[in-house]
Amino acid sequence: MITWSSLFETSWPKIAQILLVLAIFFGFYGIAFAAGARVRGKSQNKLALVLFLGPAIVLALTGLGIPAVQTFIESFKNADSSKWVGFANYTRAAKDPDIRLAFFNTMLWIIVTPLITTSIGLALATMLNKMKREALAKSLIFMPMAISFVGGSLIWNLMYQFQEPTRPQTGLVGQIFMWLHLTPQHLLLWSPWNNFFLMVVYIWGTTGFGMVILSAAIKNIPADIEEAAQLDGASGFRLFRTITVPMVKTTIIVVLTTAMVGTLKLFDVIHTMTGGNFKTDVLSNRMFDEIFVYLNNGRGSALAVLIFLGVLPITYYNIRSIRAERNN
Amino acid sequence: MFYLLLITTFAQFAQNGTIKMAVLSLKRNKSEKGKPLASRQDRPFTSPIASAVVTVIAILWTIPTFGLLVTSFRGKEDIVSNGWWTSFTSLNYTLENFRAVLFQGSSTLGNQGMIPFAINSLAITIPAVVLSVGFGLLAAYALAWVPFRFSDQVFYGLFALQGVPLQLSLLPLLTFFSGGIQIAGHTVFPSLHIVGTFAAVWLPHVMFGLPLVTYLIHNFVSSLPRELLEAARVDGANHFEIFRRIVLPLSVPAIASIAIFQFLWIWNDLLVALVFAGGTDDVAPLTLHLANLGGSLGSAWENVAPAALVSIIIPLTVFFSLQRYFVRGLLAGSVKS
Repeated sequence: MITWSSLFETSWPKIAQILLVLAIFFGFYGIAFAAGARVRGKSQNKLALVLFLGPAIVLALTGLGIPAVQTFIESFKNADSSKWVGFANYTRAAKDPDIRLAFFNTMLWIIVTPLITTSIGLALATMLNKMKREALAKSLIFMPMAISFVGGSLIWNLMYQFQEPTRPQTGLVGQIFMWLHLTPQHLLLWSPWNNFFLMVVYIWGTTGFGMVILSAAIKNIPADIEEAAQLDGASGFRLFRTITVPMVKTTIIVVLTTAMVGTLKLFDVIHTMTGGNFKTDVLSNRMFDEIFVYLNNGRGSALAVLIFLGVLPITYYNIRSIRAERNN
Repeated sequence: MFYLLLITTFAQFAQNGTIKMAVLSLKRNKSEKGKPLASRQDRPFTSPIASAVVTVIAILWTIPTFGLLVTSFRGKEDIVSNGWWTSFTSLNYTLENFRAVLFQGSSTLGNQGMIPFAINSLAITIPAVVLSVGFGLLAAYALAWVPFRFSDQVFYGLFALQGVPLQLSLLPLLTFFSGGIQIAGHTVFPSLHIVGTFAAVWLPHVMFGLPLVTYLIHNFVSSLPRELLEAARVDGANHFEIFRRIVLPLSVPAIASIAIFQFLWIWNDLLVALVFAGGTDDVAPLTLHLANLGGSLGSAWENVAPAALVSIIIPLTVFFSLQRYFVRGLLAGSVKS
């Protein structure tokens, strides 16, 4: 039993810490701004750069830049990072059946999930465009975006609960199996289909994102173009294929690539629902297990580098389009 | 009951058409491309089939969450003996589960309940959001309006760091937090001694979030009218004054939407917490505790369901009450104008 006094006892240091951090941040910049306002001439540029840009660069470099290089180096060392082993971590990863499976599953995820979320998102966005009162439906489909994948995983664990066919079903999916006269299955143990049941969780969680963005893009299609096409006799699917899709192509690519990067880094769903067991492991979860469970820094780092290499083409593409946009 | 509350909140916002407002504001920027549509109602081509399909999908999408909601109000015996959808005939609900999860604890939950973990989540999320958005805004201003030699390179460099998956920095950053930096046996940077504190969890969030936050705010800050800032400069204002008197007040909507984004992202995170919380309950956020509960209790749904509901209630409230800003932030990052 928790009492208010014991709750207060354990909580006030935490709340004090929050306030302290905020006080330091705002206090420091309060003073800096008061002092900075008096600086005139050329030196104000330098001072502004140090105080404005300095922290962001230092934080981003210590948090991402330098560690990325370190991980790259680690990936050529052994389990406790004491010896150089060349490409051994990579070659061993290529031979290890568990890691190969994780690699294969990741590929499956990258191909299947972005296609499904983007297709459903595009279909929904198109249909929402033909609907009068869309806000409620939109919010409901978008809602899982605000729920953590841990929460989402538990929600779907409940859906997937297994009971023997002779007992009353407690999981809705099992009950649907019964209604369809199929035998209920241990859905999360049922390889290789369990991969797809895990994907359902991710698709459920992220389709709202694509839908909202694509819906905005579709509403941006000038009405006269659509009207002209309709006067020419295009309607339904043909209108969708010849007008809608080409007009929102860039947005479709944004949604697809975002989903691809997301699935490549996918961790929470696998960790919470199967822990990578039952042949559902993916690279990101395997990488975590290698480092923090099997304590093999080298091999874990090699897997992290592989994930990075997977994201790299997309990053390159994004930088190129940002460059083109800025130069315009 | 929670759900009822949600539905009413959300119906209210649905009526205001908040998402539509965001979309309209987006459209305004693009109106030169073609005649924008004034509103849905003007469209002659509404289709009842489309409405029906969307409605069915929306219901399908909500059923899993609704199932969790119903389950968390059911007694232990009921949960194991039949499905939640059968409970509508008996209407046998109880608040007992919530009492256990929030105040009483149980043999499986421990005697603390969920509230300390919710406070941990706040102690991680609030500093992380304030610092990442704060530093991001400052950096975005510097990149957009303070001319210096390597401005472009820094911008692209920061943007490129977005492409570094955080998986790549987990181990080195953890080593750095616990043991400082050693090169050839010499300590170049001493240990920060923050492992097992809140700082060890929120600091990585700030670091990982900064590139994206800076980029998104930069999109906004760099589009402020040049004349406005020039005029202030002519009047003798320096960067500090321009930032405080012009840029900061004008950026409030952009900051709000990105802050909500960050809030949800950090509140919902599992991986960073798992690596940096140091395995103690003292700093473990809700998600981490929940993942452990889900794993260890497996089928103790009378505990897991209400606990999960408690953990999603705060992000859902944030989402529904600030949906307009949230969607705008999403669009700012993803739709090219």
